[in-house]
Amino acid sequence: MTAWFQRAWHSDVGYSFRSSPVAVAAGFIAFVCLFCAVFANLVAPHNPFDLATLELSDAFLPPVWLQDGNPKYLLGTDDQGRDILSALMFGARISLLVGLASVALSAFVGVSLGLLAGFVGGALDAFIMRVCDVMLSFPVILIALLIAGVGRAMFPNAPAAMVFGVLILSISLTGWVQYARTVRSSTLVERNKEYVQAARLTGVASLRIMRRHVLPNVLGPVMVLATIQVATAIITEATLSFLGVGAPPNSPSLGTLIQVGNKFLFSGNWWITVFPGMMLVLIALSVNLLGDWLRDALNPRLR
Amino acid sequence: MSAPSEKPKAMVSARDLAKTFDVSPPWLNRVLEGKPRLMLHAVDGVSFDIEKGKTLALVGESGCGKSTVARLLVGLYEPTRGTFSFEGQDVHATLETPQGKSLRRRIQMIFQDPYASLNPRWTVEDIIGEPLKEHGLIKDSAALHARVGDLLQSVGLSAKDMVKYPHQFSGGQRQRISIARALGTEPEFLVCDEPTSALDVSVQAQVLNIMKDLQQSRGLTYLFISHNLAVVRHVADQVGVMYLGRLVELADKHALFATPRHPYTRMLLDAIPNMHATGQARTPVSGEVPNPLSPPSGCAFHPRCPHANARCASERPITMHLPTVQVACHAVEEGRI
Amino acid sequence: MNLLQVKNLVVEFPGRRGTLRALDDISFAIAPGEILGIVGESGAGKSLTSAAIIGLLESPGRISSGQILLEGERIDNLDDAQMRRIRGRRIGAIFQDPLTSLNPLYTVGRQLVETIQTHLPVNALEARQRAIALLQETGIAAAEQRMEHYPHQFSGGMRQRVVIALALAGEPKLIVADEPTTALDVSIQAQIITLLKSVCKKHGAAVMLITHDMGVIAETCDRVAVMYAGRIAEIGPVHEVINRPSHPYSEGLMAAIPDITVDRERLNQIDGAMPRLDAIPKGCAFNPRCPKVFDRCRQERPDLMPAQASQAACWLHAPQVGGAA
Repeated sequence: MTAWFQRAWHSDVGYSFRSSPVAVAAGFIAFVCLFCAVFANLVAPHNPFDLATLELSDAFLPPVWLQDGNPKYLLGTDDQGRDILSALMFGARISLLVGLASVALSAFVGVSLGLLAGFVGGALDAFIMRVCDVMLSFPVILIALLIAGVGRAMFPNAPAAMVFGVLILSISLTGWVQYARTVRSSTLVERNKEYVQAARLTGVASLRIMRRHVLPNVLGPVMVLATIQVATAIITEATLSFLGVGAPPNSPSLGTLIQVGNKFLFSGNWWITVFPGMMLVLIALSVNLLGDWLRDALNPRLR
Repeated sequence: MSAPSEKPKAMVSARDLAKTFDVSPPWLNRVLEGKPRLMLHAVDGVSFDIEKGKTLALVGESGCGKSTVARLLVGLYEPTRGTFSFEGQDVHATLETPQGKSLRRRIQMIFQDPYASLNPRWTVEDIIGEPLKEHGLIKDSAALHARVGDLLQSVGLSAKDMVKYPHQFSGGQRQRISIARALGTEPEFLVCDEPTSALDVSVQAQVLNIMKDLQQSRGLTYLFISHNLAVVRHVADQVGVMYLGRLVELADKHALFATPRHPYTRMLLDAIPNMHATGQARTPVSGEVPNPLSPPSGCAFHPRCPHANARCASERPITMHLPTVQVACHAVEEGRI
Repeated sequence: MNLLQVKNLVVEFPGRRGTLRALDDISFAIAPGEILGIVGESGAGKSLTSAAIIGLLESPGRISSGQILLEGERIDNLDDAQMRRIRGRRIGAIFQDPLTSLNPLYTVGRQLVETIQTHLPVNALEARQRAIALLQETGIAAAEQRMEHYPHQFSGGMRQRVVIALALAGEPKLIVADEPTTALDVSIQAQIITLLKSVCKKHGAAVMLITHDMGVIAETCDRVAVMYAGRIAEIGPVHEVINRPSHPYSEGLMAAIPDITVDRERLNQIDGAMPRLDAIPKGCAFNPRCPKVFDRCRQERPDLMPAQASQAACWLHAPQVGGAA
C-alpha cells in the first residue's frame, strides 16, 4: 500500500498535485468532509437522531460565536434541539453515499455501453447513440422527479433501502450518457491502433480485447468525468430532497436539512439552513476543483 | 505428382487477391442527396508466390494497397475475391474452423508504428507473453517468465526489461519488442508492414540486421512492405511493385534493379535521390498518384506514363509471365519498350 | 558578409528535473544564395535550431546564450513585434506537413495576397499579379483559377508547392525548410526538391534545409552539417562529408544508409543509441559508441576543428602540438 502511495506521490500526476495549491486545498477539504461523513458516529459531538438525547429547551440556539450561543452546540441547534454540526456530518454521509453510488452505477452502465458501441460499431453503435440522444433531450431533474415521485406514490410506505435505491436509480438514469459517449469516441480511436490489431491476429476474443486492452486506455477521461459528476449528483440529490422526493426525513441528507431549515430563515434562525447549504457548496466545490485539476494533470499535451 | 523440373512448391501463395471497401456515404445521405455508393478497390487482383526462407518485398506509394495486402495475409481482413494459401491450405477458409487457431500461431505480423503497436498500459512481459498464453503454449508462469526473457535476449534486449512499460523504451527498442512478441509462437511466416519507416537510419540498420539474422537462424519467410527501395534492395529476394491496388511488376531483386521493365518501376527508381552522385540532375517525373476512389480507366498508370497509347487508356493490361519477371504493361507486351 | 551567422548558440529547457541543454554551443554560417543542409537523427536538435532562428521556440525553451545574426544584425534578442517583421520578409519558412501549414478556411490566393501585402509596399492588384506569378513559378497549372481554391482542393504535393510559394512571397533572403518532403511520396519528393532548388536559386534566396534523408541532402545542398546530441559533429562541402566523412559518427551514419546501387549482406550499424538530453556523457557526446575512441575523448569536449576539407568536432583531427597528448 505504501509502495503504491510512494510511486503515486513521485509520479508526474503526483508532482502536478503537489505543485498546485488549489488541488492540495481542494483535496484536503474533500478529504476532511469525506472523513467526517464516513466516521460521523465517531466524530460528531452528538447524535441528532437519537430522540432520547434531544432537549427541546436547547432548540433554536445560535452558533457559539453569537450571543446566547452554547459551546455544547458549536453551530447552533434547530427547532427540535438537534445539533447542527452533527446533523451536517450525518447529512453529508447520506449525500455522499447517494452521490458516489449513483456515479458508480452510471459509470458502470455508461462505460460498458460505450465500449460496446465503439468496438462493435454498426447497428448496435447507432442504436446506443440514438438512445443517448433521446436521454439527453430530457431535463435531468424532471426525469429524476418523475421517477422518484412515481416511486413514492406507488409505494408510500417503502423501506428506506428502497427509497434510496429509487433515488440513486433516478439520478444515474441520465448520468450514464456522458460516459457512454466519451468512452465510445476513445474506443473508436484505440480500436484502430496496432496493438489491438496484433491481439486480433493472434486470435484473442473480442470481449477479451475490449476488457483487457481497450478499457485500461479509455479510463482516463472517465475518472475526470466521475469526479465532476459526484458533485453534480450530490447537488441533484439535494435538489430532489429539497423538493421533497429525495431522502426520507428520518435520515436527512444535506438537501433535506436545507429544506427543513428554510422555514426558519425569515424568523431570524438563519443558521439552520445556511450551514447545510455551505457544507453542500464546500463538498461540491472541492470535488469539482479536484476534477478540474485531474483533467489537466491527465492531459498529455499539457505535461 | 510433380515433374522433377518444376520449381519447389511455394510456401505462401496468393491468387487474384482482392479487397474492396464500401466507403459510401450513410444510407440517409444517399437517399436524401441522391449520392451513389462508393467502393474503394484497395487491392485489385494480386498474385504472387513466396518460397520458404525467402523474402518478398512489396513496394509502392500511398494508396497502392500494400498495407491492405499485409492485413489480408494475416487474416485481419476477409478477401472480396481470390485466395491466399499457406502450405497448400486456404488461409481464410481455415481461419473459420477450429484448426484456424493453430494457423494463427504460424503467421505473425510486425507493424509500422512502434508507438501504437504496444499497449501502453501493459508491461513488456505481458505484451510478449500474450500470444503464448492465448495459444496455450506455456501455462506455468515461471516458464513463461523464462521464455519471455529468452525472446528479449534474442532481439538484443535484456531480460530485465520485461518489467518495464513501453514508454520507457525508444522507437527502435519498441520495434524489437514487437519482433520478440511476433517470434513467441515460433511462426514460420512473418508479415512486416514498414517495420523501419518510423526509425532513424542507424536504428533502422540495427533492426534490419536483427531481422536478417533471425531469418537465417530460424528459416523464416518474410513478406516485407516498404516504400523505401534502398531498404528493399538490402532485405529482399524478390520485389513486387504495386500501383493503385495492382501488382505491375514482380521480379527477382537483381533483375528488377538492373533492368526494370514497367514504366512505373523505372520512374520510381529514377526518383530516388542517389547519395553518392551528388548534384546530378534527374529526369523530371510527372503527375501525382490519382485518387484511389476514382482510378483511371484501363491501365491505372496511363495518365503519367510516357509510353501510353490509346489501348492503355481503355484496356487493363493482364499480367504476363516472362522467364524472369511478371509484368502488366501493354507497351512491354507490344515490344514498344 | 555571411547572410546568417549562428555563434555559440545554447538553447535550454528548464524543467522539473533540472535544466536540459537541447542545443549546446552551435556555430555555423550561411552565405547568401547558399544551400546548407542540416542532417541528424531524432533528438539531435535540428528542428530546434530552425525554431530558434525563426524565433518560434516553444516555451519553456529559451535561448540562454549565444547570438544569431542576420546580415550582421542580432535577431535572437528581438521582441515579438520586431521578430514578426523579420519572419516572412527576411526569413521564409517551410514546414513538414503541408496540410497544417495552410489555413483551411481561406483560399490560397487570399493567403498569398495577404502575405505579400504584409511585407511589401504594393497595392492589391499588384499583389495579386505577384501571387499568380509565384503559383506559376512553383508549377501549379491554371494558376489564375487555382487562386480561388481552398487548400483541401489541392493534393499533397500541390499543397507543398503552395507553401513554397508562400514562403517566397515576402522575397526573403533566407528560407528555412524543416523536413519539407518527408510527408510526401517518393515520386513527389523528387519534384519538390528539384523545384525548391531551382526556385530559390532564381530568387537568390539561401536555404537552410533540415532533413534526416541523406539522399535529399546529396541532391540539393552545397554544404551539410551533421548534428549529434545537440552539437554539430561535422560540417563541410556535401560530397566531402558524404564520401570522405571526417567524424566517426558521420562515417557510421553514411555506412548505415542502405544504398540502392550496392548489394550488402549486413548494414553497418552503430551500436547503442543517441544519449538522452539529461544523460550526455562527459567529453565528446559520441564517445561511448565510437569505434575510434581514446582517453581524451572521454575527458574533453572537442570543438569544431579543420579536418580534411571540412570541419569536425573530433580529437582525431587535433593538430599535434609538440608531442603533448
